[in-house]
Amino acid sequence: MPEEREYRTEAIVIRKTKLGEADSIITFFTPHRGRIQGFAKSLRKPKSKLAGHLELLTYSQVSFARGRNIDTITGAQTIDAFLPLRNNLWLSSCGLYVAELVYHFTPEGQENFTLFRLTLDTLRRLCRGEDTEVSLRFFELHLAEGAGYRPELDTCVNCRSALAETTNFFSPQAGGMLCPSCRQMQPTGFPVSPAAQGIMRHLQRAEYPAIPATGIDPESLHEVEKISGAYLKYLLEKDVRSAAWLEMLKKSLG
Amino acid sequence: MSKQEPLSPATDAIGRLVQEFSRLPGIGPKSAQRITFYLLRAPEERARALAEAITSLKQRVNLCSVCCNVTENDPCAICRDSRRDSTMICIVEQPQDVIAIEHTGAYRGLYHVLHGAISPSEGVGADSIRVKDLLNRLKNTTVREVILATNTNTEGEQTAMYLAQLITPLGIRVTRLARGLPFGTELEYADDVTLTRALEGRQEF
Ligand SMILES: [Zn+2]
Ligand SMILES: [Zn+2]
Repeated sequence: MPEEREYRTEAIVIRKTKLGEADSIITFFTPHRGRIQGFAKSLRKPKSKLAGHLELLTYSQVSFARGRNIDTITGAQTIDAFLPLRNNLWLSSCGLYVAELVYHFTPEGQENFTLFRLTLDTLRRLCRGEDTEVSLRFFELHLAEGAGYRPELDTCVNCRSALAETTNFFSPQAGGMLCPSCRQMQPTGFPVSPAAQGIMRHLQRAEYPAIPATGIDPESLHEVEKISGAYLKYLLEKDVRSAAWLEMLKKSLG
Repeated sequence: MSKQEPLSPATDAIGRLVQEFSRLPGIGPKSAQRITFYLLRAPEERARALAEAITSLKQRVNLCSVCCNVTENDPCAICRDSRRDSTMICIVEQPQDVIAIEHTGAYRGLYHVLHGAISPSEGVGADSIRVKDLLNRLKNTTVREVILATNTNTEGEQTAMYLAQLITPLGIRVTRLARGLPFGTELEYADDVTLTRALEGRQEF
């Protein structure tokens, strides 16, 4: 495909970086171009026509002009501003967490339509404000899978035997579950209760609407959160910064 | 100076100054060179005055122990001014925001400068900005209203929502600067969030 001088794409704003006095570099996640960056001139001045259409967590139609080092944003029109996220501290924080993870898990300029759909669906689910914890856990597991790190939850990653209905162990390094006897030989990984294993398998297999909103007990879900958080951290080789903020909010919101 | 032979960095007095200037916001290597050579030709007093101004900036300017604004005297002039309404505190992100609001002459209350906004994915939480100072201040005063004047971007909104959650239980009225259409702009370019809020915040005309 010859390189066009100008192009247009749907895009979700996942990161903004200030540049100089009033300019910004914006990172988008797009359906067919993957993660891309654009330069936005004078975006931070009150009279910028583009600013509201390029705010974090906005789904917009964006036009670019190709540049030597970075493409310049020439236009933007909101498709979905995810309004319910704007007036709710918890929901917007969840949205920022999703954006941060997408940023770190996607290489620049590589199409990943599955992950794009997942991201858009997750932000829309967050807008509904129900079961945000389930939405986030579903997102985390499918994000890892979409990025090529599907965790093995059904068989032991070491001996390949089917896992028994007991406490097994999740090893981020091994990319999945270890049975109790294999875990004795390589003492890595977190113990996972049968209930939490059940939730993880269900989340991994299920289409989102099939998830029962009420059938998941909060304690096991919290266990899943710790495991999935540890897995993502291992894959990224660093902390997910907004996870600490979510944790803090959860404590202060009670 | 031709473009092909840049000054070798930091080896001589000229190179050092060019390098220092080009670290400043909005100043590229070309402008840094221009300023440096301007100073080289300028009278010595001019250069000395600049050097002294920079030194005293760092020596004399501190944060006000009440409002955290930058000041040479503690408490700052605004906090000391008895004609100002001490029942109102306007919360802003940066000292420059105080200057902007003061310039309008429309506000007579006090301020609190946060020195930043909450940005979870950059690792900036509530502890990284002046939230604790604010809460301590609110405990011991007769403040009746807090005006949240943080920016209307995602970080500013997060900060405002977080502060509202902390301050409302103290029995203090919490207000937010109106978020609507900026003066001198055209409606058709407004984004959904701005338009929605402008509609919600409409007033009798
Ligand atoms: Zn095994
Ligand atoms: Zn002061």
